[in-house]
Amino acid sequence: MRGAAEVTSRAVPVDAAAKGKTYPPHEYEVGKEKIREYALAVGEENPIHFDREQARAAGFRDIPAPPMFAVVYSAGAVGPAVLDPEVGINFAMMVHGGQEFAWGEPVCAGDTITTEASIKDIYERGGMGFYIFESVSRNQDGEEVVRGTWTNIVRGS
Amino acid sequence: MALKVGLEVTPDKYLPHRYAGASGDFNPIHIDQEFARQVGLPSNILHGLYSMAQVARACTQAAGGDPRSLRRLSVQFRGMGFPEQEITVSGKERESSDDTVILDLEAKQGGKKIIKNGEAELRDPKG
Repeated sequence: MRGAAEVTSRAVPVDAAAKGKTYPPHEYEVGKEKIREYALAVGEENPIHFDREQARAAGFRDIPAPPMFAVVYSAGAVGPAVLDPEVGINFAMMVHGGQEFAWGEPVCAGDTITTEASIKDIYERGGMGFYIFESVSRNQDGEEVVRGTWTNIVRGS
Repeated sequence: MALKVGLEVTPDKYLPHRYAGASGDFNPIHIDQEFARQVGLPSNILHGLYSMAQVARACTQAAGGDPRSLRRLSVQFRGMGFPEQEITVSGKERESSDDTVILDLEAKQGGKKIIKNGEAELRDPKG
């Protein structure tokens, strides 16, 4: 009994009321130089991320973003959801526990990407709070370019 | 097709600053050594999403370099990554069909996992 009480006292109180909440769409215009900056930072070597002619020769309508560039255009949608006081995350104890992206149409320079974020799930497990956010990004033609699942974990004290 | 998946990269001292600028994530635990130590970290740490980008790069490289080949990637972040230490990404094929390969992946630094339970779906973009 005493052990159970100790576990309860350390557990993160989780309020799941915000589960299902959606946030306003965020628009992002993809620029060639931003792709270059990102591609250089992560060490991309494929010339299609830097050279328009090579990108077109490879069948892209313009310079394609590396897949993980998804974090750049999604951030403006996911950030406000993570920071939402109604979600109530204790940032001092938060870690980015996991991440998933499922890609659709390629994202190229000149695209306008609209991302909508929502709260997929909030639950407690093993004394920790799990906050799962989903982002869905579409291009100017309405085609889905990426679906992201962002898992933030709030540890007990 | 039996894919060979592997990548080694050593982020330099200022990589977290460049990645912060590129990604827009300026959390001081990544770029301010003094701040990082104040909150109990050994030094400033790599962005987890930078490390995930190295796993993504290992996938697209294994598939011949076309970014369209990477259809899905999921990872769990564990421990902490540090600048000026080599990251080793490794992966192996779990299953494959005509045009799709599922990989299991992880990333390590000095023998410690910084990304675990990585799973990627690769597809032939021309298929």
